Amino acid sequence: MKVKNKERGIDKELVIRNSLGLHARAAARIVELASQYESFISLEKDGNVVDAKSVLSLLTLECPMGSKVLLRAEGEDSCAAVEALTDLITNNFGES
Amino acid sequence: MKIPEFIDKDSVLTGVAASPGVVIGKAYIVDRSKVDIVYQYLIDESFIGQEIDRFEEAGRQTETQLKEIKADMPRELSEHAYILDAHLLILKDSMVHQATIDLIRRERINAEWALKKAVDQAKEIFARIKDDYIRSRINDVENVTDRIMRNLVGHTPERLTEIKERVIIVAHDLSPADTTQLPLDRVMGFINDMGSKTSHTTIMAQALEIAAVVGLENCTRRVKTGDLLVVDGTAGHVIINPNEKTIEYYYGRQQSYESLRAEIVRSAYLPAETLDGYRLEVKANIEMFEEVPSVNDHGSDGIGLYRTEFLYLSRRHPPTEQELFEDYRDVARLIHPRPLTIRTLDLGGDKFASSLEWAEEMNPALGLRAIRFCLKEQGIFRDQLRAILRASSVGNVKVMFPMISGLEELKAAKNVLNEVRQDLTAEGVEYDRQMEVGIMIEVPSAVVIADMLAREVDFFSIGTNDLIQYSLAIDRGNEQVAYMYEPLHPAVLRMIQSVVQAGHSANIKVTMCGEMAGDPLCAPILLGLKLDELSMPSANVPYIKRLIRMATFKECQEYLKKILLCQTSEEANAYVNEIILTRFNGFPGEKEIKT
Repeated sequence: MKVKNKERGIDKELVIRNSLGLHARAAARIVELASQYESFISLEKDGNVVDAKSVLSLLTLECPMGSKVLLRAEGEDSCAAVEALTDLITNNFGES
Repeated sequence: MKIPEFIDKDSVLTGVAASPGVVIGKAYIVDRSKVDIVYQYLIDESFIGQEIDRFEEAGRQTETQLKEIKADMPRELSEHAYILDAHLLILKDSMVHQATIDLIRRERINAEWALKKAVDQAKEIFARIKDDYIRSRINDVENVTDRIMRNLVGHTPERLTEIKERVIIVAHDLSPADTTQLPLDRVMGFINDMGSKTSHTTIMAQALEIAAVVGLENCTRRVKTGDLLVVDGTAGHVIINPNEKTIEYYYGRQQSYESLRAEIVRSAYLPAETLDGYRLEVKANIEMFEEVPSVNDHGSDGIGLYRTEFLYLSRRHPPTEQELFEDYRDVARLIHPRPLTIRTLDLGGDKFASSLEWAEEMNPALGLRAIRFCLKEQGIFRDQLRAILRASSVGNVKVMFPMISGLEELKAAKNVLNEVRQDLTAEGVEYDRQMEVGIMIEVPSAVVIADMLAREVDFFSIGTNDLIQYSLAIDRGNEQVAYMYEPLHPAVLRMIQSVVQAGHSANIKVTMCGEMAGDPLCAPILLGLKLDELSMPSANVPYIKRLIRMATFKECQEYLKKILLCQTSEEANAYVNEIILTRFNGFPGEKEIKT
């Protein structure tokens, strides 16, 4: 994990690998998990940054399979948040 | 059917006879129109806090209502619960919730106006999305915000489950999401402004044997809640606030209709054999195990189509092989010795993986679905095939693959099936080695190469719903073009004929399992086409069997010759109507009902 700057939070580059991309159910799972953390958490794709706690905003990113996204968290629990969300995304949202 | 003279013409609405039967009862309007909202600037700083509080309160009410609807949802509809989970997420989404509060503060406007602006902003953002499926999610946003708006304005949102007496549902249109909330045991009938022979309300009403008239255009404007209505789903008429004499007349029709219906169902066990000895099988389509008793009650010659999607919906993980096996085995045992045809999974990839099942409005027809999905997700496919093969040891099971478009797909599917067979043999697991393997013919390319496909399978089953959609290039879910959905289009009839010929030259059976198979208007033509089997909702089985018993194969071949000369669907429809009316007493037995 690249730690850029403690105060400005942590980010991590990830690739969406499940066949359906960041579809409604996957987005809902990100929101579900992100909402458990205090940190401000965002997802960035092609320069667009959106709130990872908003299912609608996540959908507007339009991430098909293979999309590269940048996950970023700022706040007290940013480490734990990035770790948990990385897990979720790299495990294809628990889909087979 | 003509309406008797003593009925005031102004009280009569005429529409599409969607589901047969006659009912007399009170109207209940399901109003899904938008609420009128007021726009106000907040002059005083203190109003800002007040408006935010009002908005938060409306949000809380909405949350409670959505949770109640979810909790009250009948068990058989529980697969729709995910829609409500999605709506709960949207309710709290910053694009809706925080955006509205920000707008109240920044622009000093009232909560209704701010909410409307927030929704308009979301609409703008979504309108730019390229992906059809994601773009259409805005409908869910509108659905939720509509409810918040009603709570804000003080309208009580529709709680269909609160209907206490038996009523006739009057609606502009009913979506599957609406009908999940209906207390079906208290619905006597349906009338809709919109709709056709193939719309959701029609299909549901037919399945539940509830009278329905649709396509009335303005019934929601003509009828108030509490009005007395007569719904004649056999003739396609609705009478608003009928007088004494009219009620008496329709009561008589209702009685004769009920006794005719009872007689038809009682004779359902008789074989579907024409007067000149041509026999075919009339089977039922089912979606779940619970429907099997109804199949048996309606005299079906078996199950011609078991749609297997149900067990896969609204769950995080696909069902296990064992779960599937037990389900298929139980259905096979209950229907034994009559045959059971199991269709392998016909789901779009997105629909399957998403417990939020938001795929409903997108156009899934040309996507990764059915056999294409199964060949990609082979683990899921193999589990299902193992389950089907294991269930085949009951002795009456057949399998068919949906959406086959060419030989490559068919051979790939058969290869997987053969590998699964070898695995089972190696493991010493019992299965029917002679189990018949068929395919659905529902893609136009499969019609054209039916002769090649016929050499590879034991039977064809024509899926007319998709075949018609693909051939005529119309999405029947799209109101703008749904009227073009024509089973009797000359092109459709020619395709069916060529599939039957290709199948019969290869000595395999050709069956039909679309809605067309259960349409009495089409039955004489399908008989003439020499289909070996028709499969339909079980409630239709007794009627179609009766019609076949009234016909001769010889006359049906004449009808076929003539209908193949019709140049337009309109001509063909007029012709079958005439046949049914003059030769088969109308349907179902319109002429036999005392008037």
